[in-house]
Amino acid sequence: MSPLTFFPLAALIVACALGVILNLHPIRSALCLAMTLFLMAVMFVFLDAHLVAALQVIVYAGAILVLFLFVIMLLNLEADLPQKRRRVLTMAASAIGVVFALLSLRPLFFPGGALPGPGFDAAVPAEFGTATGIGELLFTRYVLPFEITGVLLLVAVLGAVVLAKKKLV
Amino acid sequence: MVPVTYYIALSVILFVIGAVGFLIRRNLIVMFMSIELMLNAANLAFVAFSRQQLAMDGQVIVFFVMTVAAAEVAVGLAIIIALFRHRETLNADEIRILRW
Amino acid sequence: MLVEILIILIKVLAVLGMVMPMAGLLGWIERKGSALIHDRIGANRASIFGFAGAGLVNTLMADPLKFATKEDVIPRGADRLLHTLAPCVNLFPVLVAFAVLPFGDVLLVGDREINLQIAPLGIGVMYVLAMMSLGVYGVVLGGWASNNRWSLLGGIRGSAQMISYELPMGLAVVAMILTYGTLDLQEMARAQGQLLWGWLPAWGILYQPLAFLIFLVAGIAESKRIPFDLPESEAELISGYFTEYSGMKHLMFFMTDFVEVVIVSALVATLFFGGWQVPYLFASGFVFPGGATIDLPNLVVVLLQMASFTFKIIFFCWFQIMIRWTIPRFRYDQLMHLGWLGLLPLGFVNIVATAIIIMVRQ
Repeated sequence: MSPLTFFPLAALIVACALGVILNLHPIRSALCLAMTLFLMAVMFVFLDAHLVAALQVIVYAGAILVLFLFVIMLLNLEADLPQKRRRVLTMAASAIGVVFALLSLRPLFFPGGALPGPGFDAAVPAEFGTATGIGELLFTRYVLPFEITGVLLLVAVLGAVVLAKKKLV
Repeated sequence: MVPVTYYIALSVILFVIGAVGFLIRRNLIVMFMSIELMLNAANLAFVAFSRQQLAMDGQVIVFFVMTVAAAEVAVGLAIIIALFRHRETLNADEIRILRW
Repeated sequence: MLVEILIILIKVLAVLGMVMPMAGLLGWIERKGSALIHDRIGANRASIFGFAGAGLVNTLMADPLKFATKEDVIPRGADRLLHTLAPCVNLFPVLVAFAVLPFGDVLLVGDREINLQIAPLGIGVMYVLAMMSLGVYGVVLGGWASNNRWSLLGGIRGSAQMISYELPMGLAVVAMILTYGTLDLQEMARAQGQLLWGWLPAWGILYQPLAFLIFLVAGIAESKRIPFDLPESEAELISGYFTEYSGMKHLMFFMTDFVEVVIVSALVATLFFGGWQVPYLFASGFVFPGGATIDLPNLVVVLLQMASFTFKIIFFCWFQIMIRWTIPRFRYDQLMHLGWLGLLPLGFVNIVATAIIIMVRQ
């Protein structure tokens, strides 16, 4: 992926992520998050992870975010008021965050040695990132986590139904 | 070609944004969305390294992270709805009966 | 490099040039077709110098002109950005989903083979499912941004219905993936060109009739057509989630409805009815079971395939319009029961039965 495509995409992702945490109205935050997730799927396609990109759109942007929007609409939330207390804590957290973010930019200016492994310039095998390739791994090496995830989803569904039910007193 | 460290830098920036959002926002739903942002930053790191090593294990892990995130969001939002029904507020500062 | 981009652009223009006029014509077929079914005349008042063209002038010229020139009203108290964004977010995924639909086999131009599919992705069908999942946002935003509690109700109902029916749709598609062993729609269409027992074209519906029914019902429910149109129930919620939209925004919501009809028809045709396959037409020409052959040049073959695809799409669009004007509307709990308690278990049983049959035959 050339720098010409990476930097605009990365800038967009960071802008939408900032929109998530800085927006006052929860629905606008949720929409910024949807945009972020969609752009992450685009980034995944550039990284040759096609199935994961499709799953990101179907599961994250298409189901989880819709659940968020549902809850926001159901509870009929309004825009938060700009909060007055905790001014010092907000400043401190933001400052430490900015410092960390700037530290993470260090590799751009002081590139270290090459990391082990084939690297981005190596040729990609044909089955990389396709459903066939990941399916093979899922059913051979990772079959136990796969099955446990099924049970986990069942437990989550049951828990969500029980918790969100109105008590018929 | 962009080296893999650029992707990791982007992942760290996203993670920091999520963490700072979790700390400074008091609306429970926005805090939840910051958690999703942190999970996505981790996903990006996994996929970038998976491409670097040409090993699909990273993408399988991303598959599981997405599933666990879905389960967590379902239960978490159910808790939030139940909480809202009791307390009529979603401000994390006002739900403090159990604090000292 | 430049030539390839040009080829892709021409393919995009060809597909859009088929889809958008069809969406417009569907409006006309809907009005005149419903008039025929109801034994009345339908819209025929607008005319140019006395030429009314059986309602074509009305639907294709007067209506879009009216939509384009109406005042754009944003209700007081509504979120202006979201109100303007909702129709765009609604229309974008359904148009983009056409990128993986194949509309013909290979076209030979000079010494270049052009695969008649805009984006030969490895994950073909999942891309379409992803785009249909994104279609929920338009409904949610449309309902929320109207500052109208009945639009909100329509939006909530609509999004709940759409996410409920994505599941049986996905299960029917999984059954087809199991049958053909591939995710790419072009490969699925090609695999349906084989002949069973020497004379029967091996179309998807012969292998998976149950999946066809599940997919058709789920597809009609996804596009919120009658009998599943409670989110926009015209007698109760006026237009449901797009009540407060006027002018071009309303036209975009309306067009999304018709483009969804076209894409569900196209998917049904590709997955279950051979897509662009004409029975007994192969790359060199017709090869009938008796042994008789008709040799045809490549261009004629491709044109026949594109015509076949278009014909199948038109057939299923007409079928959905017939269903719309024949069957009464489902009640909301009946709708949800059908999705979760009817189609979902059927989809699972179908997948398990398909998997067992495939394993036994190997």
